[in-house]
Amino acid sequence: MYRYDEFDHSFVKARVAEFSDQVARRLAGEITEDQFKPLRLMNGVYLQLHAYMLRVAIPYGTLNSRQMRILAHIARTYDKGYGHFTTRQNIQYNWPALADVPAILKDLASVEMHAIQTSGNCIRNVTADHFAGAAADEVADPRPYAEILRQWSSVHPEFSFLPRKFKIAVTGAERDRAAVQVHDIGLHLKKNAKGELGFSVYVGGGLGRTPMVGKKIRDFLPEKDLLSYTTAILRVYNLHGRRDNKYKARIKILVHETGTEELARQVEAEFAALKDTELKLPDEDVRAIEAYFAPPALVERPEGEAAVKAARVENAGFADWLGQNVFTHRHPDYAAVTISLKGIGEVPGDATDSQMEAIADLAEKYAFDEIRISHEQNVIFPHVARADLKAVYDGLVEIGLATANSGLVTDIIACPGLDYCALANARSIPVAQEISNRFASLERQREIGELKLKISGCINACGHHHVGHIGILGVEKKGAELYQVTLGGSGDENTSIGEIVGRGFAPDQITDAIETIVDTYLGLRTDASERFIDAYRRLGPAPFKEALYAGEAKAA
Amino acid sequence: MKILTANRLTDGEAVWLASDRSWAETIDAAEIARDKAGEETLERAGEAAAQNNEVVDVNLIDVDMVDGRIVPVRLRERIRAAGPTFRADLGKQAHSTISNVA
Repeated sequence: MYRYDEFDHSFVKARVAEFSDQVARRLAGEITEDQFKPLRLMNGVYLQLHAYMLRVAIPYGTLNSRQMRILAHIARTYDKGYGHFTTRQNIQYNWPALADVPAILKDLASVEMHAIQTSGNCIRNVTADHFAGAAADEVADPRPYAEILRQWSSVHPEFSFLPRKFKIAVTGAERDRAAVQVHDIGLHLKKNAKGELGFSVYVGGGLGRTPMVGKKIRDFLPEKDLLSYTTAILRVYNLHGRRDNKYKARIKILVHETGTEELARQVEAEFAALKDTELKLPDEDVRAIEAYFAPPALVERPEGEAAVKAARVENAGFADWLGQNVFTHRHPDYAAVTISLKGIGEVPGDATDSQMEAIADLAEKYAFDEIRISHEQNVIFPHVARADLKAVYDGLVEIGLATANSGLVTDIIACPGLDYCALANARSIPVAQEISNRFASLERQREIGELKLKISGCINACGHHHVGHIGILGVEKKGAELYQVTLGGSGDENTSIGEIVGRGFAPDQITDAIETIVDTYLGLRTDASERFIDAYRRLGPAPFKEALYAGEAKAA
Repeated sequence: MKILTANRLTDGEAVWLASDRSWAETIDAAEIARDKAGEETLERAGEAAAQNNEVVDVNLIDVDMVDGRIVPVRLRERIRAAGPTFRADLGKQAHSTISNVA
């Protein structure tokens, strides 16, 4: 993985010193809250309901065991013994004291981490496929490009005060696991007929109060033009994006109001002027960054096949986990593993300090020291020899993280919601917990099959509800929580925005409503191979509306 | 009825203005304003405390008295007064008799 060079080290160190000074001056009363707020936000410090919250960047979701141990140390020393992994592949601490933040940032810097640009109207943490470098369907590892974008965008003087925040995602695989079409810029790595690497470029995707699917404005952008083209997009946005209305300030609104064709024309015009400047990526620089992400030396481990076969016969729990949480690796003797942070009835995305440490130990021992955080709020070991899968499973059982539910109905994405968040209108986590408990039976979950359920506690959509096969949006109506349900959303290579199925449900009705939707699907699917999303696309909303609301209409 | 709430500058702890003008860590100690004049008094004290860098995000909130205890009208404020609704070991509810009424 990427290692800081001298420049990175001194940059992060200088930033820690700068923010430490700002915190000290704030605590001494030398600067006001109005002056301090934009400074703390630029360093990832929010104020929430119970305390401050610190959001730490995990670049493209990749970290090693040393870094994971520091995350555990921070949770234990400065927080309340846990952290929350987010849909942007970051980690949030919910209880740090402002006075402790400088010490936390110093600890983070010691393992090449920081909280820079995890908030504010700038380019945020660039996200990527969590199976990058491991997936069998990958054209190339997207992380070198995410790293190039990270270096270019860090305190970029021209793009530090954009009309609004800006999110970029990169995937290098056929199947899009990074939801690139719902980002401000989505990059899909591909090869052209000559075998050269480049990107399909999507622009203007996003969730929030105005969900939009990104528009493809370039089918093939050569690798060397990555920064000049991205700069061109950002320039057009920075110039024309709306600053008069926060709710219309994202690039998706600009794309929508300008029209894709005209916007693409403006970007191409800007690009024409930029493409032969210093922004053109020298091949040797790209290859140098790429070398940091060279895959581990995967020696042949053919004994894995027999070992796995024997273990699955002996241990039903292992067999379930193998079937659900283990993903095909490009090397036949290896696998990528999803460590579910979605234990039945648990808080989606939360991990305790000791779980983080145990994950670090397992990664060091069995996973080439590589850990990923997925945007689905799980932890990933991208490279595990199949011969070691049982040992990893046993280690996960010990720390309560062996739940075999990856991609199933209880693998729920949920934002922190009104239990923590100052923006939220309704709670998310308790809803996720109740649904998880209702569908606890693994047999039932597997019978239902792949089902992406996503919950947000407000319209800002951190829980990605718009792209859930089933989405739940919490709102406040007449002082009470109410949950709207959307159906048919999807955040993959066939991205779609879910449609509201009808009037919302009270907290004590929402789990029943979800069960009704699932039962309706089970009754109408052609056979077990037709996934929920496919059945919905075939059937449309009518049968689900009928099942949810018909009784009530008759009663009325 | 209203009370004044804020977060403490140094650690972000949710606090409420008490009748002795200190910032209490539990809602039970909050001073209640029952009329416009009372609200203005609270607000002035809040502004002074913010100026003095003791607290941030100062807000007057609506409350009711239920069985002799102060209960915020909005769920958001009830959660601030107790802690996350799914973890009784966190927030005020972990240390006091305040139970979550969400």
